[in-house]
Amino acid sequence: MAQAFTLKDPNWEARLTHGRIYIAAGLMALLTLLLLLGIFYLQVMQHEHFTTLSQHNRVKIEPIAPTRGLIFSSDGVLLAENRPSFRLEVVPELIDDIDATIDKLTQFVRIEEQDIRRFKEQLTRRRRFENIPLRLNLSDAEVARVAVNRHLFPGVDVVAGLSRHYPAGMDLAHTIGYVGRINEQELAALDASNYSATTHMGKLGVEKAYEELLHGQVGYQQVEVNAQGRVIRVLDRTPPKPGKNIHLTLDASLQDLAVQALAGRRGAIVAIAPDTGAVLAMVSSPSYDPNPFVNGIDADSYRQLLASNNAPLLNRTLQGKYPPGSTIKPFIGLAALDDGTREADETSWCQGWYVLKGQAHRYRDWKKEGHGEANLISAIAESCDVYFYKLAHDLGIDRISAALLRFGFGAKTGIDIGGESSGLIPSRTWKQKVYGQAWFPGETLILGIGQGAALTTPLQLASATAALANRGRLMQPRLLAAARDSLNGRPVLQGQDTLNQSVTLMQAQHWDAIIHAMTEAVHGLNGTARRSGADADYQFAGKTGTAQVVAIAQDEEYQEEELAEEHRDHALFIAFAPVETPKIAVAIIVENAGSGSTHAAPIARTLFDHYLKDRTGQETASG
Amino acid sequence: MKELTLTERLHLDVPLLSGLLVLCGIGLLVLYSAGGQQSSLIWRQGMHMSLALVLMMLVARIPPAQLARLSLWAYLFGIGLLVLVIFFGHSGKGAQRWLDLKLLRFQPSELMKLALPMALAWYFSEKALPPTPVRIIIAFIMIIVPVWLIARQPDLGTALLVATAGLSVLFIAGVSWKFIAGFGLSAALATPVWWYLMHDYQRRRVLTFLNPEQDPLGAGYHIIQSKIAIGSGGLYGKGWLNGTQSQLDFLPERSTDFIFAVFCEEFGLLGVLFLICIYLFIIARGLYISMQAQHTFGRLLGAGIVLTFFVYVFVNMGMVSGQLPVAGVPLPLISYGGTSMVTLMLGFGILMGIQTHRRLLTG
Repeated sequence: MAQAFTLKDPNWEARLTHGRIYIAAGLMALLTLLLLLGIFYLQVMQHEHFTTLSQHNRVKIEPIAPTRGLIFSSDGVLLAENRPSFRLEVVPELIDDIDATIDKLTQFVRIEEQDIRRFKEQLTRRRRFENIPLRLNLSDAEVARVAVNRHLFPGVDVVAGLSRHYPAGMDLAHTIGYVGRINEQELAALDASNYSATTHMGKLGVEKAYEELLHGQVGYQQVEVNAQGRVIRVLDRTPPKPGKNIHLTLDASLQDLAVQALAGRRGAIVAIAPDTGAVLAMVSSPSYDPNPFVNGIDADSYRQLLASNNAPLLNRTLQGKYPPGSTIKPFIGLAALDDGTREADETSWCQGWYVLKGQAHRYRDWKKEGHGEANLISAIAESCDVYFYKLAHDLGIDRISAALLRFGFGAKTGIDIGGESSGLIPSRTWKQKVYGQAWFPGETLILGIGQGAALTTPLQLASATAALANRGRLMQPRLLAAARDSLNGRPVLQGQDTLNQSVTLMQAQHWDAIIHAMTEAVHGLNGTARRSGADADYQFAGKTGTAQVVAIAQDEEYQEEELAEEHRDHALFIAFAPVETPKIAVAIIVENAGSGSTHAAPIARTLFDHYLKDRTGQETASG
Repeated sequence: MKELTLTERLHLDVPLLSGLLVLCGIGLLVLYSAGGQQSSLIWRQGMHMSLALVLMMLVARIPPAQLARLSLWAYLFGIGLLVLVIFFGHSGKGAQRWLDLKLLRFQPSELMKLALPMALAWYFSEKALPPTPVRIIIAFIMIIVPVWLIARQPDLGTALLVATAGLSVLFIAGVSWKFIAGFGLSAALATPVWWYLMHDYQRRRVLTFLNPEQDPLGAGYHIIQSKIAIGSGGLYGKGWLNGTQSQLDFLPERSTDFIFAVFCEEFGLLGVLFLICIYLFIIARGLYISMQAQHTFGRLLGAGIVLTFFVYVFVNMGMVSGQLPVAGVPLPLISYGGTSMVTLMLGFGILMGIQTHRRLLTG
């Protein structure tokens, strides 16, 4: 009650607040006094104690970088190593005129502008008596020249360290990736203390994906310093824990062979062990040398790599998007068998072209005169387009795209090094979303032979082929075989076989039909890849593909010689071997090479011959 | 009507300004030594100071009555930004406290250091003092909401300062002693709850504070090295640029939170006494201005700002000398950093506004 009628009385309020301010002032005075007493105690009462401590405070803690783990292939070839290297270091306080010294040094060693920039950056951040690196990775000749002239450069030193090196160079650049100097953004995201002595980190490929395992754990040493802060001796050392060695599933000899097969061409090869998803070879051509990236590639060379029409920096195995061409046929054929749209031996007539009802457009077969009577087996073996136009038309776009998605097309495979494209499997909703148009029946036809909007990566093709070999088990591709302790070799992490998805059919014998058709393609009388399959000690199943890069007009014919190289067809081939117990599945793409049977299929034969040589003793004897 | 002097026209309070400038000067001097004698650091801090002084002069021109009208909106705006930080904030060092405004990065929690006391001062000055229990409870809620939002970022240091700013206004407004006793008691009882809610690194700080020697290579290293620096400074100090602890890199964070240790090492107890005198002078002048204020709003806000400033200084010096836990509070106007510099100067701008507009009214 009383409060409701309380009136504001300025004078009374002023007295109240003034009183409180006085109390606060008193309180602050008291606290200040206590604080001063505390400081007085430290500075006067305990002064001697702390002076002694301060004089003995000569122990500093310095981080030691761990040695990065090595990378091996499955056949024990060293793919990434640490080489002793020499760097040029400068102690700023020992030098009067730093610019002049750098100038003089350029007579003996190459010093780039970016070296100087990096050096100057660190110069502002570090203490004057600390070593600052000026040039990394000196050549032997440079080391010798500096050593001979050392008397000219007080405060400049050549220091030994380790530098990452990739012996395989170009052959594995895309897969292994490389390490590079840690930049500021990366630094912000890293565990600062663990990376306190580390200068490089994985930027791409395996080096990036397994950075955590490869890096190791930082070590520390307690050092005694003199009054100026210089290190006198090491008192105690907690050694760094070296990074884990990474053993890959890659077979170095197979990789070699695949690289040679694509030498001088643009293209990609992926080989996978079907039962595990282990990647056996992975080639993207052309490639580049990863070694210059380790200590910073010079701007000119980098511009050249970027500007090249052959796109050497592009990892075609993961990011190259290609129309699958006729290699799509086994997957579509399987879908038709499975839902009863076709029987394997149901025949239809191929006259060399196909028309949709009410349309004038002729959808042509690659074989002008036609294949005559064809069933699913011969249509795959001989790659009859007309058969698949009809089949696609009967299936319809919805069932085709659903069937392709089941084999992992149009989605990332989830390979452990990441960085892949998902490719594209068109559908009605996709068309509506991207073009705002309805799906046209004609588009279904050309999708039936792997042309049109469909795009796949070589990895997707290889992985889907492996799933065919596996009768539906689509394994996640992986490069990691194991990570091992670098000291005792004990595995700390094993690559896990991961099932991405499983394709189950109404009738398991449909697998046999499709695999039989693909075997016919290689070993049949009229098989498109029969020349590659001739005289093999084992049987393999495959499917050729010749993907159009540019549309050919109705009244024109494809004349390879008359087309500009980049408009020529891509040669494709998917295959697995041996047919009975598949050990290897491949996808091969040779850009703008022409037909798949002449340019891609022979590569598969070479790879299979090599890979199966030691692994199928009995089969060789009996076959 | 008598001619206005230049400082009167600029709405500056000469004694307060002098104190602040002396402090800034000392700050640059110590920073030069602490930062390894880099002129670039001094240059940048000089820029911070200039910007902060300009903003201070701008704020000083706003009459307190207008400030009172803005208070609630400033408070609500600040709360809104704190909520935004939860969703869009940028994190650094395990805490999410920044808003990226493209041009500048901004800590909404800093705004709260002023917006909260403003809003409370306005709220209490609307009705007669002392506040009724209901109004006190509402005021508590007004304090708890931003403090909780800041503490969960987590930024315990700033949360502490914002809470102080709010509680100071509450205290000056004449909250009865019964309330204060009750609050103290419940705070003591709530300690275990706080312990449970704290982040790991905050718990570590408290434990290290209680026993720095248990972790000499980790968190305790800060405090041990800092105490060595202060203690070895003695009565007269080792002289400017001659502190071995700081110059030889033993003392961590010596440009920012631990700059007071550098000062103690190089200038000794006599220097500390001088520095504290400057701080006390600024505080005394601030309290004087608050008491001279003609309206309750000015008195409450002015005193709130001054008390917060004191807590700032006290907590920093206390933590650096090992008497309080390490709370991540910089030493006002001395530690390197632009954000706290701006907030502090804005606060002093408000104080100058309270003082100079009063004079204009009576004159």
